[in-house]
Amino acid sequence: MEIFVQQLINGLTLGSIYGLIAIGYTMVFGIIGMVNFAHGDVFMVSAFIALICFLLVTTVMGITSIFLALAIVLVVAMVFTSLLNWAIERVAYRPLRGSFRLAPMISAIGMSIFLANFVQVTQGPRNKPIPPMVTDVIVLMDNGSYQVTLAWKQVIIMAITAILLAGFWYLVQKTSLGRAQRACEQDRKMAALLGINVDHTISLTFVIGAALAAVAGTLYLMYYGVANFADGFVPGVKAFTAAVLGGIGSLPGAVLGGLLIGLIETFWSAYFSIEYKDVAAFSILAITLIFMPQGLLGRPEVEKV
Amino acid sequence: MAVQTAETAAPAATNPVLGPAFKDALIAGLIALGLFGPLIGFETIIIDGALGLAYRPSLLAIMVGIIFFGRLLLNLTIWSPNRKPSTHTGPTFFDRAGTRMGPGVKPALLAFAVLFPAIAVFSQGGLNESRYLIDLGILILTYVMLGWGLNIVVGLAGLLDLGYVAFYAVGAYTYALLATSAPINDFFAGLFGATFWANWAFWFCLPMAGIFAGVWGMILGFPVLRLRGDYLAIVTLAFGEIIRLVLINWVDFTNGGAGIASIPRATFFGIPFNAGPDGFAALFGLPFSPMHRIVFLYFVILALALLTAFVTVRLRRLPVGRAWEALREDEIACRSLGINTTTTKLSAFATGAMFGGFAGCFFAVRAGFVSPESFTFDVSAMILAIVVLGGMGSQIGVAVAAAVMMGGMEMLRNLGFLRQIFGNDFDPSLYRMLIFGFAMVAIMIWKPRGLVSTRDPTIFLKERKAVSGDLVKEGHG
Repeated sequence: MEIFVQQLINGLTLGSIYGLIAIGYTMVFGIIGMVNFAHGDVFMVSAFIALICFLLVTTVMGITSIFLALAIVLVVAMVFTSLLNWAIERVAYRPLRGSFRLAPMISAIGMSIFLANFVQVTQGPRNKPIPPMVTDVIVLMDNGSYQVTLAWKQVIIMAITAILLAGFWYLVQKTSLGRAQRACEQDRKMAALLGINVDHTISLTFVIGAALAAVAGTLYLMYYGVANFADGFVPGVKAFTAAVLGGIGSLPGAVLGGLLIGLIETFWSAYFSIEYKDVAAFSILAITLIFMPQGLLGRPEVEKV
Repeated sequence: MAVQTAETAAPAATNPVLGPAFKDALIAGLIALGLFGPLIGFETIIIDGALGLAYRPSLLAIMVGIIFFGRLLLNLTIWSPNRKPSTHTGPTFFDRAGTRMGPGVKPALLAFAVLFPAIAVFSQGGLNESRYLIDLGILILTYVMLGWGLNIVVGLAGLLDLGYVAFYAVGAYTYALLATSAPINDFFAGLFGATFWANWAFWFCLPMAGIFAGVWGMILGFPVLRLRGDYLAIVTLAFGEIIRLVLINWVDFTNGGAGIASIPRATFFGIPFNAGPDGFAALFGLPFSPMHRIVFLYFVILALALLTAFVTVRLRRLPVGRAWEALREDEIACRSLGINTTTTKLSAFATGAMFGGFAGCFFAVRAGFVSPESFTFDVSAMILAIVVLGGMGSQIGVAVAAAVMMGGMEMLRNLGFLRQIFGNDFDPSLYRMLIFGFAMVAIMIWKPRGLVSTRDPTIFLKERKAVSGDLVKEGHG
């Protein structure tokens, strides 16, 4: 029971991070129908930006309040990562819009390889460890031999995720930008005819996706305390799995899928084998796509002649 | 007089160039500063056991300067509003070159490929000196073969497969495990002599590797029959990763990440390439040279690649090949005309996988060592990039693309002279994948349809005409 509760907490924490990345996949897929292969690497780059900013804030500027530092790091990472994703969309995907379907995907794969190796070349191939930012834990249950703990950093991760998702939901549902975005998702041509600047909306979609990925990257750095150039691919595929499981194109689905993938991964590691946890995630991706391609909350795809 | 003034003044008055160009370049420079600022301007290094920062302002300034002045130069020349837009449409340089040389190019390339070892030996002045060139030839031909194999799945049947490396791995491990298996060795040792299995393993395992990979193609293909497009791509990617993770983690069977070493080498149909009295050199009365084996391997992979091309060309004329192409063009129409899409898709997967298995078996025998490291997603991406860059469905395009990509990657390895410019810390081989990724994006933007953008139609009325690649559908999976 205690182990179960502990894994539940760990799984929800990990799932929050996957959910934040998954939103970037699902929004881009919804609006331009491409799998943004480079999104996982954008997440990895954001972790590095957060790492550099954290070092600047703590060692150079000498800010000791950890919450102030975290807030600064979050904002900086969001700004720079958004700029990066905006530039990627502009350079690598926009010229290929309306080209044949494979082209943007190949371009995205190339961009993913480029980003990972760019970080490797500029920052070196080694793991970059940072001292733990938040170390306090709350003991929830204690039966003498096993303690169920809720670390403050897990609380921070879940709280920030929840606040951001609420804000994001408001943005998509209640603002004119969100309406434009949803309109483009349903019918790009019609939206353009009605005076929506489609290019602008697509750019903003990439920016929002990157901002959420940057939050995920910062939280990932805070949680694990380490950044590596190769850490983009596997979390990227898992977040994509989350987006597919929740129903691609569906925003609540992406969050739900992220939480489920996080839970499945931690429970699998705890009860079966830690070596095969990635195999479990990849298998879920395959099984979902084969038996339930529309996902949990997605709309079924209608085949038109 | 007045007319003359108007004429000379006209170009300057139409569009002010310098101001907007400068402004645009400035914006680009600022964006570059934002993009490169964190990652190039700072370097995270370990100081006294803790992570600290080093600063690289000059490098950052150089990178931003390159973007700024490059953009300014482009704005003033190529992107200048005063420059007349090129009205050239229709066939490009490559198409025209391709059409003109069309009939001659295939025999010429084939002759070059066959004579390549002789050319290498002649130009390098000796058998041992030509080793590097022949090794490069083997590498390129391996990727030509993989490209042609994947071309069946992606180019002909229109099924986007991102996990092709799985079949390459299945082929390589089939050979590695069977050839090093002690029970099989003992079994044949009792029947035909102690060295029989070591000498003949490759020739027995080559068809086995193809069959196993083909069966795996069907096993992995069966669940994804209903999937289309990007979904299919992602699931095949997941399968490729699952196979690699199983190879890493199933230590009892595959020896895990350490890999399988000392795999028996290739033999000349049972005659080993060694210095002994039964070796290849002694039997043919040649002085012993380790290069005999390398040259032989070159011809083996050439034969395997040509077999792939030949089978593909012949299959395109059979009903199953026509069904593949019909499937790529329109799956619903296919089904309504009574084509069994299940068997069509599975046969495409299995055929493509089979050639991947052959190539994998060859990889294992050439390297003498296999480990999961060799079968990462990067390899799949590279093969797919070769197929797409070559123009999907075009055999000659894929071969040229493989030569360009692998040759280019190899050239990046030899950029040692850059050390003299950038100092001794500069390691050019680190930049290989960086440039590869950048080139993939650049090529897609420059020529999304690949280098060879015309296709030979499979069926034609009266005369054969080249078809533009734009008209060929890429399939929906």
